[in-house]
Amino acid sequence: MTQLRSDRIYQRALTAFALALPALILVILGVLLVDALPALRRFGPSFLWTSTWDPVAEVYGAAPMIFGTLASSLLALLLAVPLALSVAIFLTEFSPRWLRQPVAFLVELLAAIPSVVYGTWGIFVLIPFLRSYVVPPLKALLGWTPFLQGVFYGNSLLAGGIILAIMIVPYIAAVSREVLLAVPTSQREAALAMGATRWEAVRTAVLPYGRAGLIGAVILGLGRALGETMAVTMVIGNRHDIGVSVLQPAYTMAAAIANEFSEATTGMYQSALVEVGLILFVLTVVVNAIARILIWRVARGAAVGSKAL
Amino acid sequence: MVASANTRLRLETAHLTALFGQHRAVRDVSLLFPAHTVTAIIGPSGCGKSTLLRCLNRMHELTPGASVQGEVLLDNVNIYAADVSPVELRRRIGMVFQRPTPFPTMSIYDNVAAGLRVNGGRRRAALDDAVSRALQQAALWDEVKDRLHTSALDLSGGQQQRLCIARAVAPQPGILLLDEPTASLDPAGTQRIEELCHALKRLYTIVIVTHNMQQAARVSDYTAFMYLGSLIEVGKTNEIFTKPKVEQTEAYITGRFG
Repeated sequence: MTQLRSDRIYQRALTAFALALPALILVILGVLLVDALPALRRFGPSFLWTSTWDPVAEVYGAAPMIFGTLASSLLALLLAVPLALSVAIFLTEFSPRWLRQPVAFLVELLAAIPSVVYGTWGIFVLIPFLRSYVVPPLKALLGWTPFLQGVFYGNSLLAGGIILAIMIVPYIAAVSREVLLAVPTSQREAALAMGATRWEAVRTAVLPYGRAGLIGAVILGLGRALGETMAVTMVIGNRHDIGVSVLQPAYTMAAAIANEFSEATTGMYQSALVEVGLILFVLTVVVNAIARILIWRVARGAAVGSKAL
Repeated sequence: MVASANTRLRLETAHLTALFGQHRAVRDVSLLFPAHTVTAIIGPSGCGKSTLLRCLNRMHELTPGASVQGEVLLDNVNIYAADVSPVELRRRIGMVFQRPTPFPTMSIYDNVAAGLRVNGGRRRAALDDAVSRALQQAALWDEVKDRLHTSALDLSGGQQQRLCIARAVAPQPGILLLDEPTASLDPAGTQRIEELCHALKRLYTIVIVTHNMQQAARVSDYTAFMYLGSLIEVGKTNEIFTKPKVEQTEAYITGRFG
């Protein structure tokens, strides 16, 4: 009786809008499945591990881009995680108060830069820099390993990984910072009171407490890296090849879709690209779901166990 | 069991004032904590008793904007002297907080060993000995000896608090500071902690902050009454509770305010 008619309409409209978004995800998944069906039927699961990508012969295998996506993302994590965790630990535990907000703001600003700008910067600044100052000493030092074989022409897995690393640092740092802020002061004080230094308190109390959330932050970064398209396309070299050397060009799923969709004139070519999209979609959804679950557990205190007290 | 001769036990404050910014939370307190005794600090909420306790192991200064004037003397050495490291100091003064603060990702064993590990103890056999000794002192050994490597969170609240006592005494600190250690415990858990205070004063000098006057009467040898940051009266516990000299003390312990 208390509810007015306009309230009911308002409520229903909001509900419809809110439900439209999850529905949209299902629709996207459905469309991807339907459009990928011809390729799924023709190539079956071997699409995942064959390397031929021949539009003329209409034979498609996505292994090089799956490899390139995973390799560039893992390389990015390897570079970004230590940096992002250092930023988060510095900002929550060691930074003077007046420095916290400005630094946190500037780090998060990195996430606001359009990825095409990162790509441009990669081509005109990062790659020449790598060629002149990074790769020669690196080869001199570790040139005997399989990871640094071949000639460095610029566009490469290395350049792609570094660009990705810079792009995911703000996400990992921002989420890690929130996770560390959620660690109760009582945990820090307990460690400090038993004679721990600030760093020992971080190591014995703060980081273990936030463990699940920090892993979640890293996986969230991985999710961003897997799907990033433009900047990577501009610097990774776009070659259908599997090689362990980071100096060689590679390809990612996102880059392949962006590059080749306009050229995909036949039905099977399109279908193969859609299947690549489907794989990427499933991969990123799963990775993001895992990340979210881990972060929620810490933010809600469940990682500490409801059994406490 | 007698604490080794070089353990520092005599604690004293001299004209100690503790500030949060401009606010004086503790005002000019001079108080002696004799060795091998339990001294209770009582007083209504906000009287500065916890702040005073946190000055004794230099935890107070960790709060942004907090500062200290005056002296705290540990066996006649001012712990606020320029050449005293607060980290070293805290290794000689154990502290237990209002709510149990076990490290949730660590086992029972690792929780107790944590205090030793930051003190540089790494050898397994020495750690084993120290952990079992600390758990025995905290009267927890019999309950956990068969599950030392299970999570500390499987313990009840009272057991967790005794685990924190074990963690605090594991490095054999000499002085033990208890900040309302039974505030979050049920009566049974409270009783165990109070019994521990009696047992542990043979080894340590204990300072306990409590807003529970019956608890102060039960566990302490000396009682200090604080009000609005000032020390109003201190004396033998039975004298404070039976014939207080200051009227404010009498008003508080008879329940007329607080």
